[in-house]
Amino acid sequence: MPEIGAPRHRGRGLDALLLAPAVLAVLVLFIIPFAYGLLLSLEPHGVLAKGGPLANYAAFFGNPRERASIWNTLRLALPVTLIDLAIALPLAYRLRRPIPGQRVITALLVIPMTLGTVLIAEGMIEFFSPAGWFNKIALALHLTATPLQLVHNYTGVFISLLISDFPAVFLVLLGFASGIDPNLERAARMLGAGWWARLTRVTLPLLAPGIAAAAALSFVATFSVFPSAVLVGQPAGETRVIALAAWQAAYERYDYSQASAIAIVMAAIELIFVAGVLVLRSQAYRGPTLGGRA
Amino acid sequence: MTTGRPPAAERPGVGRETRRRGREGSAWWVYLAVAAFAALIAGIFLSVLFNSFAATWFGGWLPDAYTTKWYRFALAEFDLARVLGVTIVVGVAVTLASLLLGLPAAYVLARRTFPGKNIVLMTLILPMLVPPITYGIPLAAMLYRLHLGGSLAGVILINIVPALPFVVLIMTPFFEQIDPNLERAARMLGARLFRIFTRVLLPLVLPGMLAAGLLILVRTIALFELTFLISGARSQTLVVALYYAAFAAGIRPSQSIDAMAVVYMVTSLVLLLTALRFINPVNMVIRVKR
Repeated sequence: MPEIGAPRHRGRGLDALLLAPAVLAVLVLFIIPFAYGLLLSLEPHGVLAKGGPLANYAAFFGNPRERASIWNTLRLALPVTLIDLAIALPLAYRLRRPIPGQRVITALLVIPMTLGTVLIAEGMIEFFSPAGWFNKIALALHLTATPLQLVHNYTGVFISLLISDFPAVFLVLLGFASGIDPNLERAARMLGAGWWARLTRVTLPLLAPGIAAAAALSFVATFSVFPSAVLVGQPAGETRVIALAAWQAAYERYDYSQASAIAIVMAAIELIFVAGVLVLRSQAYRGPTLGGRA
Repeated sequence: MTTGRPPAAERPGVGRETRRRGREGSAWWVYLAVAAFAALIAGIFLSVLFNSFAATWFGGWLPDAYTTKWYRFALAEFDLARVLGVTIVVGVAVTLASLLLGLPAAYVLARRTFPGKNIVLMTLILPMLVPPITYGIPLAAMLYRLHLGGSLAGVILINIVPALPFVVLIMTPFFEQIDPNLERAARMLGARLFRIFTRVLLPLVLPGMLAAGLLILVRTIALFELTFLISGARSQTLVVALYYAAFAAGIRPSQSIDAMAVVYMVTSLVLLLTALRFINPVNMVIRVKR
């Protein structure tokens, strides 16, 4: 090995060597399993074995109860994504310039994300129960005459997703919002643009990539909801989500082939949504967000 | 004026403070929204905390009497000692393995440009973009086929998948911040590659490694789906044990389940707050370009 800087080609070989472990790990533990799952889904088991390679998919879409799991999931994922975006957007935009207590605020928002859905669900069972604090407060304030049924139904899963999904949406938007040069908006104001014009013509177009990223992330995360759909939902009925359908195929009927097919359907729906968001996004403004400084 | 704000804020010659406030608007509604969110979270977590110490709690705002017996009960009933042991072993093993695999890759991605770099980066980040339950089911099916189902090794392997992209995402900017001249100088002074790595690079990225490691630890402890799909009775982590306990609510007193939830909550919170001292939470989700 020479004393001074190694020659370029030698560096390349070393680079490949340094990259190899990580790339191999992703290949073996992520890409190959997906391919394995896809192949497995095309080799139906049991009674479906005679139905050809697509029998698993035909069985899933042919069975009304199984098919309904897609709708059960969409009616949670879509509104949760929209509402969380609507709440997080103004907050992230305002917080792109630090205000006192910023660190505490972001830490506070990160905590529920880190603690995870299982703990939130367990806490919600206590907090939102008929004798829980939430109903006590609602009754004391005469907001309701009888305790509200807020867990073990659609509402329970909806609330739990709204809480657990919000931090990630907010942090993504905050990341993008803090990358926008405030001078752009000042310039628009100086040129006589009102707040509505500034919002719709300057701020929102500049934030479009952030909104797209947050929407995609949020939908994908909420569409794969599992533990809260069981713990605070009605897993036999209105919150029998698609992840639960896949899990039941694998672990209650031991049909990994059918389970893989459902997982592939789930991935496909997520992909379609993300692709849709990206197409919408490509219609929007593309360019620097840093104004004169870029 | 097209805005509803006082025109004084727009006119030149007004004090700097006033002008700034006029431009940015006041932030009271931000604090209000955050307070509402905080109240909800606090309500949820404090319900768990109070219930876990409640001897009895009939209809009042607070428990009628307090006790610590549910913690002793949980310790015995849920085999909490072993569950905690498994959780720590899995967390530490996943953290170390993903750092070991991810650090060299992060270094190359920070320093070099090469054809296909974007493809490599996309490949490494990909598992972060797909939800665990989606890839977890085929992956668990494969690991069961390899007779790793239910084993500690299976739990560790499956949890490396989401952790590795995280290392790459967090560590690449840390390596980017280090002046390449330091490496050149070390090389000129005769240091070999291994020595450069251990004596120059590692000490400089140590804060980043610590932060990334802590965050992976917290995330691995909190990640339910993957462990749930692969673990057996003897390889459950805390969050999976908590799920099973909550799922079978009614068999045991709710206070004992909440006692386990508190143990889980405190473990995660301590690690998380330590990690937040080192890193900006925004970086946990995306990489911010400056």
